Amino acid sequence: MNPYLAGIGLGLVLLAAFVLVGRGLGASGAFNSVIVWAVNAVAPEHAKHNEFMAGYLGDGSSSPLKSWLLFEVIGVFAGAMFSGLLAGRAKVMTEKGSRVSVRARLAMAFGGGVLMAFGAALARGCTSGQALTGGALLNLGSWAFMMMVFAGAYAVAYFVRWQWR
Amino acid sequence: MAMMAPFLKYGMFGDETSLVLAFLIGIGFGFFLERAGFGSARKLVSQFYLNDLAVFKVMFTAIVTAMLGVTYLGWIGWLDLSLVYLVPTYLLPQVVGGLILGVGFVVGGYCPGTSVAATATGRVDGLVYVLGIFAGMLAFAELYPLLKGFYLSGAGVAMTIPGTFGLPYGVVVFAVVLMAVGGFYGAGLLEKKFAAPGE
Repeated sequence: MNPYLAGIGLGLVLLAAFVLVGRGLGASGAFNSVIVWAVNAVAPEHAKHNEFMAGYLGDGSSSPLKSWLLFEVIGVFAGAMFSGLLAGRAKVMTEKGSRVSVRARLAMAFGGGVLMAFGAALARGCTSGQALTGGALLNLGSWAFMMMVFAGAYAVAYFVRWQWR
Repeated sequence: MAMMAPFLKYGMFGDETSLVLAFLIGIGFGFFLERAGFGSARKLVSQFYLNDLAVFKVMFTAIVTAMLGVTYLGWIGWLDLSLVYLVPTYLLPQVVGGLILGVGFVVGGYCPGTSVAATATGRVDGLVYVLGIFAGMLAFAELYPLLKGFYLSGAGVAMTIPGTFGLPYGVVVFAVVLMAVGGFYGAGLLEKKFAAPGE
């Protein structure tokens, strides 16, 4: 799809979220809810005594899985799958350069995910919750965050290009 | 016109309904992410090698669309913008977090939302990226006692650009639109200059 058309579509979805529920889109918070739920299921005492996780657990009256962002992210999965199947783009594969081993590419993907999670947790949001949502609301921290995302990515792009050759 | 939005905040439906809406809104979000080609790490990282600036184009078109929407609906008195949730501003952790996240983006090839779209369309690297996010989130939570001081440094109230710099809202909106249009023009020029061989 033309990027400007896709952008308008995405913008209208974001606008619908603002109008309907008074909040924007997000993604990283949903991952947090799942982790907190899992830790709480395995080691409830440990979760309760960790200040960060306790914030997600609240008074314990409601499961951390009953989270707006988690329901939204499950929707993202369904919507993307629908679009991918419709366009014939859905297939099991690893995206990488032809001279790169699958193992090396997957190691990079895992490491990137770890860094991403750390950055998103520190910044209180990711590309969706901060850059997109906060950007549209002219949130100062979101704009500063967005500039730094591009700065960080451009700064190291040269050193990880080998994955795509 | 009478103020009526955000609907949830005006009590038109409850929290249970808002979860159903979350799922439906997510479907729209995922659909357009995949349509834009963002279920592919190669497409996403092309932004950082300047041969395909779709990430910038899609992101800024979406920001401008939603921004103009809320601004207009606010002006006609239909949407109470003060009831729309703003992430509180903690400038220093947000700047450092943004840098780390940017590195994670180009190293792994995805961001959290796009990694879900990639997993949904069968990308194994997308799935492994998702596992990396879970591992990173767990590590952050476990290290939180050490990181708390930095995490909470800075102001901690929601600050907008117009509010911080004492500028009229409309002026900032107009400036963002101008910047986006200029950026789209520049993006076209960069793409020509850095076109991948064979394209």
